[in-house]
Amino acid sequence: MTTTSEPRADAKTPKKGRFRALSRLLATLMARGRNTWRALTSMGTALVLLVLLALAAIPGALLPQRSLNAAKVDEYLALHPVLGPLLERMQAFEVFSSFWFTAIYVLLCVSLIGCLTPRTFEHLRNLRATPVAAPRNLSRLPKHAQTQLAGDAEELGAQMAAELRGWRRITRSADSVVEVSAEKGYLREFGNLIFHFALLGLLAAVALGRMFGYEGNVMVIADGGPGFCSASPAAFDSFRAGATVDGTKLHPLCVRVNDFTADYLVSGLATSFTAHIDYQAGEDLRTNQWRPYLLEVNHPLRVGGVRAYLQGHGYAPTFTVTFPDGQTRTQTVQFRPDNPLTLLSSGAIRIDPPAGVYPDASERRKHQIGIQGLFAPTEQLDDRLLSSAFPAMNDPAVAIDVYRGDTGLDTGRPQSLFTLDSRLIDQGRLTKVARSNLKAGEQIRLDDGTKVRFDGAVPFVNIQVSHDPAEIWVLVFAMTMMAGLVVSLVVRRRRIWIRITRAEQAGTVNVELGGLARTDNSGWGDEFERLSTKLFGKET
Amino acid sequence: MNTSHIDIGLARYSDWAFTSAMIVLVIALLLLAVELASSRARTPAESELVSAGGVRSDSATPGVVAPAQRRPLGERVGRAGLALVYLGIALLLACIVFRGAATLRPPWGNMYEFINLTCFSGLVASAVALRRPQHRSLWVFVLLPVLILLTVSGRWLYATAAPVMPALQSYWLPIHVSVVSIGSGVFLVAGMASILFLIRSSRLSDPDAPGALARLVRRLPDAQTLDRIAYRTTIFAFPVFGFGVIFGAIWAEGAWGRYWGWDPKETVSFIAWVVYAAYLHARSTAGWRDYKAAWINVVGFAAMIFNLFFVNLVTVGLHSYAGVG
Repeated sequence: MTTTSEPRADAKTPKKGRFRALSRLLATLMARGRNTWRALTSMGTALVLLVLLALAAIPGALLPQRSLNAAKVDEYLALHPVLGPLLERMQAFEVFSSFWFTAIYVLLCVSLIGCLTPRTFEHLRNLRATPVAAPRNLSRLPKHAQTQLAGDAEELGAQMAAELRGWRRITRSADSVVEVSAEKGYLREFGNLIFHFALLGLLAAVALGRMFGYEGNVMVIADGGPGFCSASPAAFDSFRAGATVDGTKLHPLCVRVNDFTADYLVSGLATSFTAHIDYQAGEDLRTNQWRPYLLEVNHPLRVGGVRAYLQGHGYAPTFTVTFPDGQTRTQTVQFRPDNPLTLLSSGAIRIDPPAGVYPDASERRKHQIGIQGLFAPTEQLDDRLLSSAFPAMNDPAVAIDVYRGDTGLDTGRPQSLFTLDSRLIDQGRLTKVARSNLKAGEQIRLDDGTKVRFDGAVPFVNIQVSHDPAEIWVLVFAMTMMAGLVVSLVVRRRRIWIRITRAEQAGTVNVELGGLARTDNSGWGDEFERLSTKLFGKET
Repeated sequence: MNTSHIDIGLARYSDWAFTSAMIVLVIALLLLAVELASSRARTPAESELVSAGGVRSDSATPGVVAPAQRRPLGERVGRAGLALVYLGIALLLACIVFRGAATLRPPWGNMYEFINLTCFSGLVASAVALRRPQHRSLWVFVLLPVLILLTVSGRWLYATAAPVMPALQSYWLPIHVSVVSIGSGVFLVAGMASILFLIRSSRLSDPDAPGALARLVRRLPDAQTLDRIAYRTTIFAFPVFGFGVIFGAIWAEGAWGRYWGWDPKETVSFIAWVVYAAYLHARSTAGWRDYKAAWINVVGFAAMIFNLFFVNLVTVGLHSYAGVG
């Protein structure tokens, strides 16, 4: 680093008054800026920033993160009423998008660019530069060897230089003294630069992917039903997208799920999940041609710029309600799997009476049926408490509360799919009229003659559709990074000098060899010995 | 790749091999510790000294051939210990191979199997890094953490041989997990070397520091050797672990729908990788080269251990298929 300071801006041209003060201020600011830039791009700062980056990521591993599991964050907030909101304000639940994490990695990027730019130019200069002249006293170098050889200085010099294949070398001779300077290991810095530039490329690709990518999840009942088409965010149950995605240009993909099979060991451990799906994308959408695909975990469907994943599964129980006049309504709704091992699930169903059962709309609204409860694929009863013994559907059963009244379907307010609106229950607009455990095919009769039958259940699958245009570039940059890293760790920089001088005895010369390991000393001793043996043609 | 058929007999051989490996390694640790505690300060090798009038047995000149010097007891005990270490490594390998044969899948599908593999790669890395006789005393400090890990794995994380869940049924399982555990195993050796470097270059190793502990510390290889072992193992493990993380990301893209999602395991791997990157930068920064760099390496070691246990067993994330609880 150069230490010469620029002459003061006002040293040569004396100015007067305000102008002088201004120029001095400007000079101070420039000096300050230059110092800041130097400090920011120094290795020490980069090191501190790296350590800070590691430290800053720690809460991301220890605290629940909203992007991963929002429910966990709410739970944490409820458990820690004092600490929670404080952490919330510090963005500790969104560590990786927090201002402080962003600040650290932006500073690190700036520091990296500031460090790389001069090093790149220096490396380019070095590539063209000739190896430096030999120092006066070679025996002062960390490695040194000497011998006497018979022969002519010029000839020996040329011969030794030729032996140094793979080294960049130059022979200088003056006053019958021949000096060979040789250097190798330029690839090390090259690999180092490649690694860091690829790192920047990787970050850029990740950022692009985050801006232009999207992903949505949807629960599809696996009965060959209508399925879904991913042409709009509205098709998804949940949708996360980058800043530039407004939902108008999603890649259209239509999927219907024909069946879903899960295999389990007796212990309840799953061994396979498979779903037979049909899909349409691209031209098929116009010709209405369905293509089959076997969707499995680890085998996403990659088509038309998007990827479709089998991400989860559960059960959708079917209920049939027979109203007093004999009309029936049947509905199948996804229940949320609460226990991932036994698939004990919970959920709710809302059923509107058919037209004609009740005289007017307001009466009809007061007789909607709401069902809320638990579903077990394999019934296990402790007294009357339902739980599930096994994740496969061997003996399906439900434990339900049946409500009658206004389920809030036409209030316009969004409701959870899995629970009835508790405010309607609290207000008395929805009242519990029965509670029962039912096996498949069993039914209960309500006081007004309405019958609620549990028909059984069908599996549903959770399908995620993702789009990330920069994904392939992330991979390319990651691999380039690793290639650069390996090169920079394997290649070592070495510098040697040979000096051949005439000896007192005619026809012989003194040969001196000095060596310097510019990086990574380990193994240099043996390497130097091998080199001197090779060059001198004998052990020294 | 996945079958519900488990060969009970082979699984039992695997368990026996595990127990035998534990016993053999414990005995090896004891023998090596005896050597470490009993060896005197280094003296010129006695076999080099030839008494007056005597000749070596391979000498061309006639003379009295002195009976071969018996090695001192401590050294013989140490060599026996080292032989047992190699036997223990072979038994651990047998345990892993039998697991694989019993389940017909790569034998690293749960925490028990993963830790066994990590310990195995740590031991193999040590066998390479500590191949010189003068490094033998360091084995004690490798065996200690390895035996602790193996005890935890066998006692609390043991999982019976079984097929793996669908998310793990991918050809990335053998690639990602083996590469990561090789990286972790080698980092383990690097961490131990850095800890010993810090101890060796502390006040404890002053020639006139009193106490048994100081005597023990002085028997370790010199600080420079320890530092070199730490550096060389780290520059081997750093790209290996990096590749492991990248392979994991490629797998995650196929299994979980994204290549990176700040899952706790991903986060701590990121932290560990950044810490080791800091170590490498510290090695080439004036003023950070020795002690600060070693401390950073120790922090990386802590992050790896944390990654191995805490993240899999305590936090809930996508990597929580520990096969426990």
